[in-house]
Formats: sequence, C-alpha cells, structure tokens
Amino acid sequence: MNAASLQIEDVAKSYRNQSGELVALSSCSIEIAPEELHVIVGPSGCGKTTLLNAVAGFQGIDGGLIRLGGETLCTAERPAEPGADRVVVFQHSTLFPWRTVLDNVTYGPVIQGRRSRAEARSLARERLSQAGLAGLEDRYPAELSSGAQRRVEIVRALVNEPRVLLLDEPFRGMDQITRDLMHEALLELYDRARPTVLFITHDIEEAVFLGSRVTAMSARPGRVKATIEIDLPRPREAGLRASARFNELLADVLSLVHDEASRAFVAGDREAA
Amino acid sequence: MRRLILGILGCGLLLGVWYLAVDVLALGRFGSLPPLAEVLTEWTSHEPAYGTSLFTHNYYADIWISVRRVLEAFVLAVVLGVPLGLAIGWSRRFRELTFPVLELIRPIPILAWVPLAILMFPRGEQPVIFLTFLSAFFVMTLNTLLGVQSVDRDLVRAARSLGASPRDVLRTVIMPGALPYVTTGMKIAIGVSWFSLVAGEMVAGQSGLGYLINSSYATVRYPTIVIGMLTLGIVGFATSAAIGALTGRLAPHRTRAAAA
Amino acid sequence: MSRGAILRGALGILAFLALWELGARLDAPIVGVLPGPADVASSFAGLVGSGGYWESWLASGERVLWGFVAAMSVGVPFGLLLAINQRAKALLFPPFEILRPIPPLAWVPLSILFWPTQNLSIEFVIFLGAFYTVVLNVVGGAEQIDRRHVLVARSLGAGTWTVYRRVILPATLPSIATGAVVGMGITWEVVVAAELISGGGGANDGGGLGFLLWNAYQGGAIAQVIVCMISLGVAGYASSVVVRVLSERLMPWKEAR
Repeated sequence: MNAASLQIEDVAKSYRNQSGELVALSSCSIEIAPEELHVIVGPSGCGKTTLLNAVAGFQGIDGGLIRLGGETLCTAERPAEPGADRVVVFQHSTLFPWRTVLDNVTYGPVIQGRRSRAEARSLARERLSQAGLAGLEDRYPAELSSGAQRRVEIVRALVNEPRVLLLDEPFRGMDQITRDLMHEALLELYDRARPTVLFITHDIEEAVFLGSRVTAMSARPGRVKATIEIDLPRPREAGLRASARFNELLADVLSLVHDEASRAFVAGDREAA
Repeated sequence: MRRLILGILGCGLLLGVWYLAVDVLALGRFGSLPPLAEVLTEWTSHEPAYGTSLFTHNYYADIWISVRRVLEAFVLAVVLGVPLGLAIGWSRRFRELTFPVLELIRPIPILAWVPLAILMFPRGEQPVIFLTFLSAFFVMTLNTLLGVQSVDRDLVRAARSLGASPRDVLRTVIMPGALPYVTTGMKIAIGVSWFSLVAGEMVAGQSGLGYLINSSYATVRYPTIVIGMLTLGIVGFATSAAIGALTGRLAPHRTRAAAA
Repeated sequence: MSRGAILRGALGILAFLALWELGARLDAPIVGVLPGPADVASSFAGLVGSGGYWESWLASGERVLWGFVAAMSVGVPFGLLLAINQRAKALLFPPFEILRPIPPLAWVPLSILFWPTQNLSIEFVIFLGAFYTVVLNVVGGAEQIDRRHVLVARSLGAGTWTVYRRVILPATLPSIATGAVVGMGITWEVVVAAELISGGGGANDGGGLGFLLWNAYQGGAIAQVIVCMISLGVAGYASSVVVRVLSERLMPWKEAR
C-alpha cells in the first residue's frame, strides 16, 4: 500500500446561482496523515462533498491548495485530473450494471494497463474472497443486495491501491442494521490494507465509530469547526458502541455539529447534496 | 387461459363486425368495402380473381422487396445514426455545432421529402430506400443521443477515478450505458421504417407491398388492398419481433436482473 | 444556453446553408439537382403574398386538428378503459395489437372507399396515425400509477368514481400529454402522405400543403417544393409546441421540479 498524506490548505470555493453567490467553502484547512481514516462530518450544504470532489479532480477550487503525499495536487489555477490514486466511492452505487462483479473489480487495473486481464482476475478473486464476497464473482450488480454492492464497490476501489480512498457518504440510506454491518466490513478492509481514507458523512455515530479523527464542519460558508481525536483502540467492534468513551466522544461531536444543523434546519434550506 | 379466450373472442369480434357490416348487411358506406369472405377466398385461392394470393409468385416477390428495402434502410440508419448520436452526445462542441441543423431538418415530415428524394436519387430503388432510411436515421440518432445523456454522471466519474481516460470512458461507460436507448431506438426505428416505406412505395414506388395496395386501388382490385394491408401487419409485426429478440441478447445483465 | 453555444449553433446552420448553396451552384453530386437557399428564399417571397399558400396551411391544419381531436377524444377514454378494466383489456387489446402494425398510410385506399369526401378520408387516416400512440401512452401511464395514491384516496373516503376522476385521471395526465405530443408529430407526417397518396387535390378539395408540394413538383418548381417542406416543418413544430404548452397548463404541479 502506498498510503499518502493529504493536506488541504486554505481552500475556498463558491458557486454562482440565480440568487447570487453561494460560498461553499471558505479557508478550509485539514491535514490527514498517511494511513489515517479521517471523517468529515457536517450538515447538508457544509461543502464536504465539494471538498471531496476537489480532491478527486471532479471540480476545481477558487483558492488555496491541496497536497497529496507532499506534492501539489491542485490549486485554483491548476485543477486536478481524476485518477486512480484517489479512487472515489459514491453515495449511490456506481458499479457498472453491465459488468459482472469480477469485471467491475478488474476494471481499474486493466484500464490503467497495470495488470493483464488474467492477473487482474486472480487478484480480484483473492480480494473478493477476503472481503467475504466469494461466490458472487459472476453475478451482475443488480443481482446483489445493497450491502454486497457497497462492499464490492469498496473492493473495486481498494484493488487499485489508491494513495487516498475517498468515500462520499457511502452508507447513506441504509437501514441501521445493514449499516452497522457495513461499518465492521469497512473497518476490516481498512485494517487489512491501511489506506489513507477521507470519509464524508452527516451521521455522527458513524463518524465516531469509524474515524481516527473527526472534523466537524459548519455550513454556509463551509468551514472547519474543530477536529477531534478519536482515541478508541483498533480493531473496533460493534460492542464499542455501548462503551462510555464512545458515547463521550459522540456527545462532543454532536455538540459541535448540532447548533449548525439546527440553524440550517430553521432556515429551511433545501439539501444541496 | 381466460385471457386467451377473451383475446380470441376480441379478434373474432373484429372479424364479426366486419362480416356483419360489410358482407351481410352492407350498411351504407360499408357496402363499398371489400367483404370478409371475398378477401379470405381470394387470399387462399390457387387461382385468385385479382392475381394475388398465398399461391402466387408475385405476392412473395412484393413481400421480399419491401422487407429488403426496410432492412437495407434500417441497417444504414443504425450504422450512421448511432455513431452520429454518440458524437453529438459525447462532444459538447460537436453538439452545439450540428444539433441545431439536425433539429431544423427533423420536423419536416418524411413524405415531404418525396420530390427531393426522386430528384436526388433518381435510380429505381433509391428514393424509397432514402425516405425509409431518413425516418429511421433521425430516430436512431436522437435515441442514441438521449442514451448518452442518460448515463449517470457519477458512473463517468467513477470510471475516471478508477483511472480511465476520456476515450476509455466513451468505450467502457458511455457506449454500454447508452445501449438500452439504442435498442429502444431500434425497435421504434423499425416501426417508423415500415410507416415511411409504405408511404414511399405508395407515392413513388414501382413495387412492394405499399405499391401493391395503391395499384390495387387504382385498378379496382379491392380485395387485394386488404390482403396487402394484412400482410403488411404480419410482416411488420414479425420484423419488430425479430428486432426485439435480437436486441434482448445485447444486454444479458438486464434479462438476468429481470429474472432475479 | 451560453453565448458560445448560440454562436456555434448559428455557425453550424450558416455552414449548412453555405454548403447547400455552393453544392447547388457547382452542380455537386446529389445536391446539384436542387435549387440553393437563395432561390428558395426568393420563391418563398413570391409565395407569401399569394392567398393560395396560406389557404394550404389552413387546409392541412384543419385536417390535422380534426384528426387529432378525434384521436384524443376516442383514444383517451379507450386507453383508460383498457387500463382500468382487466376484462375489457383482455377482450379489446389483442385486436388493437393486430391492427396496430398496419401502417396508417396503408389505410388510405379503404378510407377513400369508405368516407364520402376526400377530406374525411384523410382525416380518418390522420386519426388512425395518432390513435395508436395516444392509446398506448394512456394505457402505459394508467398502469404505472402508484397504487398507494389509490389506497390513500380510498382511506380518505373516496368512492370508485372519485378515485377515477381525482386520482387516476390526473395521475395519467403526464402520459396523456406525452401521447398527445407524439401523436401530434405523427399527424403531420400522415397528413402530407395522405395528401400525396390521394393524388393531388382538385380545386374544390381545399388544397393543403402536401397538395401544394406535389403540384409544385409536378410543375417542376423545386424551390417551391422546398418552401413547402420548410412550411410543413414549421407547422409540425408549432403544433407540437402548442400541444406541449397546453398540456403544461393542465399540469401546474409538473413545473415545480
């Protein structure tokens, strides 16, 4: 694994719409160490997806700088191109519906020309079975449960050995039980490969359970409020949720986020996710 | 089972109304239409009174000519329309440059092209094939374009973030993603092809089922008109079914998912 | 739309016209037999002043209108009936599906035999052309209604009739509208074809753009043919816009997207 550090320095981004300018991000700085699982939590419209898109190379920024592994990734003048060193897992499934599970997982290595089809296939089989997905290789995504789809998608991302893995609210809309299982599955994959992870969510419990550190953001303009160290030991298991320390940390993050969310709630802003 | 019985009953009802209104009662204007019994005898006669039946050579010759024209025009429309639709959907520059021209031409009814088709492609088959092609071509181009635009933007982003170049994205995401629209387009295009073919053959043809219908009218062979119409219905239905079966094979993930 | 997009669009159209004019002047293959856009424009200028040209618009428009109105007023109730009543569908849908593959134009001769006037026979074929599309859209739309809307209405105390009128009909409106827009497009295809097939109009048959086009062709006035083609395109496009605008009026809730 070639996990890299990710430095977000003073990043700004605005959107223009009919009612004028909307400041999505303003002087936003976050430092993520190699192999860290960093969670950004914040209400809808706090610019967390904008930030992730900038790292991924889907959108440019208006000011500031993002560094990956110490090298400049993008500035206002020079937006990043998307690339396999920063693989994204999206909110909803982006598995290619016309490819089988196996062909989805081999997509990255083959298209980059890094591995032959045969090599990529045996690697993919290995990774799928490590993730408990053996036997599903020849299914089409639509034939899988949403939980299995998500796990395949994470495996598809990790097989590229990205320098940073970008997860954009990947478990949104799942029921609580599936979601808890997904958290454990993700952590197992994380503990095995130790990539650098940038994880975005609006679910505080998820943030605390998964994160090495959690950054809370405020909305309009999107700004970093505070970063909290999550000093819970790894590997983490479901029982942790009942522990006193977990709930303390939960309360800390909650208080950071709560007044922000209620402000947006009262204003009746439409979710700009 | 009950559905089947009711369906057969419904079709019987149609024939019954025809028989009653034309053959038996000859109600008013219905009297001027060809009677059911006459059409059926003519269709199945070894020596048809008006020269066209299941047992005459010219019947199959006309069918074959029409089918061949439709298939030629259809294939040409797919071969030219799909790449054009992909290009228009994929490149914003190209779309902005060419799409307005296409949209200016498209509303012109296909049959209004008849005189130009005859002038521009004066040789035998060509005008009719051109008309048939033109209608299917617009359908294929537009559906492919819609297909490209229907592809989830996040699928493109996912592919890019997995290391695909824009060209890879076109090949591995846009083309398979647009496929359902392309196959739908093919199903619509084959129907539209028959529509234009018949009209084209009636106005500008020298052969084919449309011509058979129109010339039978001109030469007062009224039962043959109905034979031609019914044959068109059957052949048109058969080609649509064939295209449907063919396109069903192109997307195994959809059939399997539907079965799951 | 950005300014660049408009500019490039205009550029594309200009290039198209220039190529056409050039091809016409230089006797290029295929296009060489046609008059160029300049000739077409001058032919148009000549036609605009003549009453016959506008009467042709009116004549074709009237046929389209009646055929379309007939298709809607028969097709919508018929489609709703098929969608609501399973037995009616089992009985009537098969014969409908058997007749549907017969291209509407193939009906022209029988239509002429049956209907007493040429106008009526053309209108009947137009009706047929739009009818199938309207019915299919209505059936498809009504069958896709969210069952929960019906259940909610029931639990709020609605009777059968109220459910039809207040739930099924409005929920089917978008598909009816789609059917209407597509159907309207087909009517213009059909009117031209029907006018051509029924062999050019006598003076007392009220003309029509298709007739005008055919007569111009027979008289060798190709520029006028192209004017007629463009007129038909404009007429078809304008009718579709009218249908679309009207249907949006009927469905104010669709605008808030």
